[in-house]
Amino acid sequence: MNNEIEEAPLSTTAERRAVTQVAGVAPGQEWAIVARGLKREYDMGGEIVRALRGVDIAVRRNEYVAIMGPSGSGKSTLMNLIGCLDTPDAGEYWLNGTLVSDMSDDQLAHVRNKEIGFVFQTFNLLPRSTALQNVELPLVYAGVGSEERRARAKEALERVELGERMDHRPNELSGGQRQRVAIARALVNRPAILLADEPTGNLDSRTSEDIMRVFSGLSDHGQTVIMVTHEPDIAAHARRVIVLRDGVVETDERKETFHERLTAFGSSVVG
Amino acid sequence: MRFYEAVRLALSMIRVQKLKSFFTLLGVMIGVMFLIAVVSIVEGMGHYMQDDLMGKLIPINTFNLRQTPNVTLGGVDRATWQEWQRRPRIKEEDIAPVLAALSPGTRAAVVSQDNLMVESRYVPKPKQVDASNVTAPWFDIKKMGVTEGRVFTAQEDALGAPVVVIGTDVASYFFPSVDPIGRELKVGHIPYTVIGIAESQGSVFGISLDKFIVAPYNSPLKRLTNRHGVIDGIMIQSSDETTMLANEDAVRSVMRTRRKLLPQQKDNFVLETSDQDLEFWNKIKGYLVVAGIALPAIGLVVGAIVIMNIMLVAVAERTAEIGVRKALGARRQDILAQFLVESATLSTLGSAIGVVCGIGISAIIASVSPLPTHVALWSIVVSVMLGAGVGIAAGVYPASRAALLDPITALRAE
Repeated sequence: MNNEIEEAPLSTTAERRAVTQVAGVAPGQEWAIVARGLKREYDMGGEIVRALRGVDIAVRRNEYVAIMGPSGSGKSTLMNLIGCLDTPDAGEYWLNGTLVSDMSDDQLAHVRNKEIGFVFQTFNLLPRSTALQNVELPLVYAGVGSEERRARAKEALERVELGERMDHRPNELSGGQRQRVAIARALVNRPAILLADEPTGNLDSRTSEDIMRVFSGLSDHGQTVIMVTHEPDIAAHARRVIVLRDGVVETDERKETFHERLTAFGSSVVG
Repeated sequence: MRFYEAVRLALSMIRVQKLKSFFTLLGVMIGVMFLIAVVSIVEGMGHYMQDDLMGKLIPINTFNLRQTPNVTLGGVDRATWQEWQRRPRIKEEDIAPVLAALSPGTRAAVVSQDNLMVESRYVPKPKQVDASNVTAPWFDIKKMGVTEGRVFTAQEDALGAPVVVIGTDVASYFFPSVDPIGRELKVGHIPYTVIGIAESQGSVFGISLDKFIVAPYNSPLKRLTNRHGVIDGIMIQSSDETTMLANEDAVRSVMRTRRKLLPQQKDNFVLETSDQDLEFWNKIKGYLVVAGIALPAIGLVVGAIVIMNIMLVAVAERTAEIGVRKALGARRQDILAQFLVESATLSTLGSAIGVVCGIGISAIIASVSPLPTHVALWSIVVSVMLGAGVGIAAGVYPASRAALLDPITALRAE
């Protein structure tokens, strides 16, 4: 299609600079995510589907970003790339200052373990394990000893106000509680980004609001949150909304707080 | 992920699906059970052969100089048998040179034996018993004591006194209601005085070893057991194995010289040891052990196929779980290890149950049948290792399929 669309609109100068600089230098610790020219194609029975056709994104630490777009816009593909579940065919992806786009499967597994907390639409808890055991799981793969694991998993469950239901299995919990367990599991290894894929897709509107409050609270405490959703009222909770269409970024809008504007200004002056 | 975490996870999986796990384990369980049971029978027979049977017939560090072997456990082919029949007998005049060649401290007893009709006045019907005339050291070599009376002395032997030591069966048959000591037993119309009753020697394959009488070598019995000047053999007991080998060499060279055998000619006598007699048994035992392992192996192969199937089903059922684990940071090797440990735990558990059942079966066999059984430690070790090995072998393919799953595809599975 139109080649000009691949020149993605970036909202601030600093972001533009971050993205253009990645080719030369590693982005600083200020950026949770810097992605440049991400492309991903799938072979669907002989037909090549170009799911992402050159996406540039820069997400600062502590940002709360929603990624929207109609189905087929490439938002799931982008989420998989951001979540290090997949690698791009072209382009560079820096996560928390590390180039991850060329990593091997096992290296990616390590990055997922350390840097990314997943929250899924279908919660994806292990059905036979208790809430506590589910939350402990990332720590198991991180090689944390059982006592520390237990303590940290408890703490994470208490953060999502599920301290009393630790020994319940997923089928003994409500949808909202399950998603809270999933959030606790995502947070337990102190990841760089919390990556949520339609986190309220299987919840009623009241529970959805509840979960959104949890996300806002985490964001207020400095957690970088990236959320993929197709519901505008859910996306409205985020402070920045990136809309994808046909494999490229269509719009990237932010509701900047005064503080954020100030730091953005500061960094653009200093940088 | 640490090993014990994986084992704990596997055990919890098994606990959740008790019935399914049980059926999965059945193949391995049955295989191992038969392995343990068959090996216990073979080992039991072996112990029996070695300790009870051969120990009674040919004592430790002992060999018999004979024309032909006394004990032939394996059946003998025709040609060998004919060769044996052509051999010269051992003669009385061989005794002195052979005894002279032995190391000091070696015990030797001359033996002449036949099955003879024996009668007593207390029982109307005579009966055939195993009658031997032996020199006095025979009792020491056989470690045969008496429960009543005494054994005969070297003097009685030298004098050829008509006295006998009898086995318990002989005592109870010929003297049903009287004390046999001092009473008469007639062999070939010559009366012998019973001076002792030997300790019970037990039985071999249900055949009693207590149907015997023993008289001094020079007693009149000598004329009935063998032709004049001919003996059955000399039983030679050395103090230890090395001396025994030296004695064997000495006796062999004496006998070969006496019989003027050329170097290329084979011995025309036998130095019979318990090891020789057990050779045949060891051969059989080899076959039995192979059979005892081959049959259960079929069970184990079936078990392995079942386990592989179940693990493939488990991987398919838990694709979403694998996706989640991968998303949360499980590497390929973590997933591989998880499923390998699960299948290994499953089948090791099966083999452990099999071991218990096998020991049970072996105990039952031992108590209801005359077959002696002896559970061998090595068979337990082999079983448990086989169990783990079968599990790992059966788990490799399913586990590697799980490990190679694409996390995105896996996560999408529900």
